[in-house]
Amino acid sequence: MNAAAVEITGLVKRFGSVTAVDGLDLKMPKGEILALLGPNGAGKTTTVEICEGFRTPDAGTVRVLGLDPARDGATLRPRVGVMPQGGGAYPGVHAEEMLRLVAACAAEPLDPAWLLDVLGLGSARRTPFKRLSGGQQQRLSLACALIGRPELVFLDEPTAGMDPQARRLVWELLAALRTDGVSVLLTTHLMEEAESLADDVVIVDDGTVIAQGSPSALTAEHAEDAQLRFRARPGLDTRLLAAALPEGYVAGESSPGSYRVIGHVDPQVVSTVTSWCAQQGVLAEELHVGRRDLEEVFLELTGRELRT
Amino acid sequence: MTTSRFAPGTFTPAPGRGRLGHMLAAHARVETALTLRHGEQILLTLLIPLALLLGLSLLDVLPAGEFADMDRVDWITPRILALAVLSSAFTGQAIALGFDRRYGVLKRLAATALPRWLLVAGRLVAALVVVTLQVLILGGVAALLGWSPSAAGIAFAVAALVLGTLCFGALGVLLGGALKAEAVLALANIVWFVLLLAGGILMVPSALPEAYATVVGILPSGALAEGLHAALVDGTFSAGSCAVLAVWAALAAAIATRTTKLT
Ligand SMILES: Nc1ncnc2c1ncn2[C@@H]1O[C@H](COP(=O)(O)OP(=O)(O)O)[C@@H](O)[C@H]1O
Ligand SMILES: [Mg+2]
Repeated sequence: MNAAAVEITGLVKRFGSVTAVDGLDLKMPKGEILALLGPNGAGKTTTVEICEGFRTPDAGTVRVLGLDPARDGATLRPRVGVMPQGGGAYPGVHAEEMLRLVAACAAEPLDPAWLLDVLGLGSARRTPFKRLSGGQQQRLSLACALIGRPELVFLDEPTAGMDPQARRLVWELLAALRTDGVSVLLTTHLMEEAESLADDVVIVDDGTVIAQGSPSALTAEHAEDAQLRFRARPGLDTRLLAAALPEGYVAGESSPGSYRVIGHVDPQVVSTVTSWCAQQGVLAEELHVGRRDLEEVFLELTGRELRT
Repeated sequence: MTTSRFAPGTFTPAPGRGRLGHMLAAHARVETALTLRHGEQILLTLLIPLALLLGLSLLDVLPAGEFADMDRVDWITPRILALAVLSSAFTGQAIALGFDRRYGVLKRLAATALPRWLLVAGRLVAALVVVTLQVLILGGVAALLGWSPSAAGIAFAVAALVLGTLCFGALGVLLGGALKAEAVLALANIVWFVLLLAGGILMVPSALPEAYATVVGILPSGALAEGLHAALVDGTFSAGSCAVLAVWAALAAAIATRTTKLT
């Protein structure tokens, strides 16, 4: 009864010569939100689809609520809500019709009309799925995952294609799920999403876990060297800035007008940076000293940007 | 605590599977509504059979030898009903399934508590509903044209229609569940055209060379047309036709359970 929500050991999945998942381990306790974070092609969808029973592993074991999704699918499906990547609905089906169909499959579903309203789809009830915007389709798909009052939900890129307002609504909804004891496994390539929502973040790359822990532990663990960020006009010569700093500091322009100094940041370093800017005749704005965020953790671990 | 628009307890888990009858009805209802809402499906399942019914009943285009001393409409109506079944249960069904797979519908539904067999059962029930509507409309128009079916054969005709729908429905699922959507679209239309012209729907085996007539007799299209002809014209039950339909249905279902893919 007290099995983990999801427990994966040594999972391997190959597609021909491509190894999509390569020895992945993961343990997600009941009642928490776990974010599977990684760039496109990391193996997130493949992992989730194995948990949902849509694919079978080539090696390793997967237990969902203590059951084997490949064998015990019929027992498991009523207990689990699924939001597939990119949704899934008849092109011509009306939003409400689709949600009522999925609701009919559950013993004690939520009220479909209420859920549509709360997800901002009240005015789109009779709109065919193919005429909904990408964000509306995503919200309908999320509604379909939740309508049956599942104890565990798998959400594959739940906020992809949503505007910031809808994204915030979904975050609020996920927080309410956690309050009510629903376990949530979501995938994302948005650092902000993982950082602000998840109890646990599992960073995957090339089908393996490269780091995991709570967002604060992950960012602290990789923060021996703090950093300083500031904005100024684009095109400053950062080699000169590095030369003005003590040995071992790295300075760079991470995106046009956005500068980053990596190394132990003390008051002397802040003073050096601002006075160097003053010499260039520019004002260093939005000066920020702090730990790295998950984005930088990922960059450090893989040498690549998360969003490509 | 910041106020949330979700009161605590809103999402407290209460998992469980819906009642089977409720799920089947909900699925069949959506499938039926989608078919009736879809312009191309209506063209295929209703307008073309209707045009053929009117044209072949009113115009003198069929060789007279085919129906001897019968009214043209009595001869053509059972064949139009066979065409209606072929159009909706097979061609329309296969194309819809091919595209539903493309759009992730099957995966979406397979992720619910809906048992896998119900995914097919819902479609077959919807096919039966659509065929019922087709028969009512086409039969009504035929009646206006003077159609007088054999009263003794109505029950046999219903049996042939149900069996034919299940048979073509299974074949439609077999085709629609196996190939890419575009390939399904092309093949389902080609098969429709070939069976209409050369598969025993518009041409009767007795008018064909013997070897070819034998082949047509064991095609599901030929069997359904002959079964309906026997019932509605002669008022007799064609056990042979029904056996052919049953064998095709069983074969198609057995293969489809192995080959049908969700995406
Ligand atoms: N059905 C498939 N056939 C072949 N390759 C696949 C298939 N599904 C996924 N892959 C490959 O497996 C890798 C992981 O894919 P995926 O799990 O979708 O990653 P993510 O969801 O993290 O973007 C990718 O290289 C992808 O191209
Ligand atoms: Mg993915």
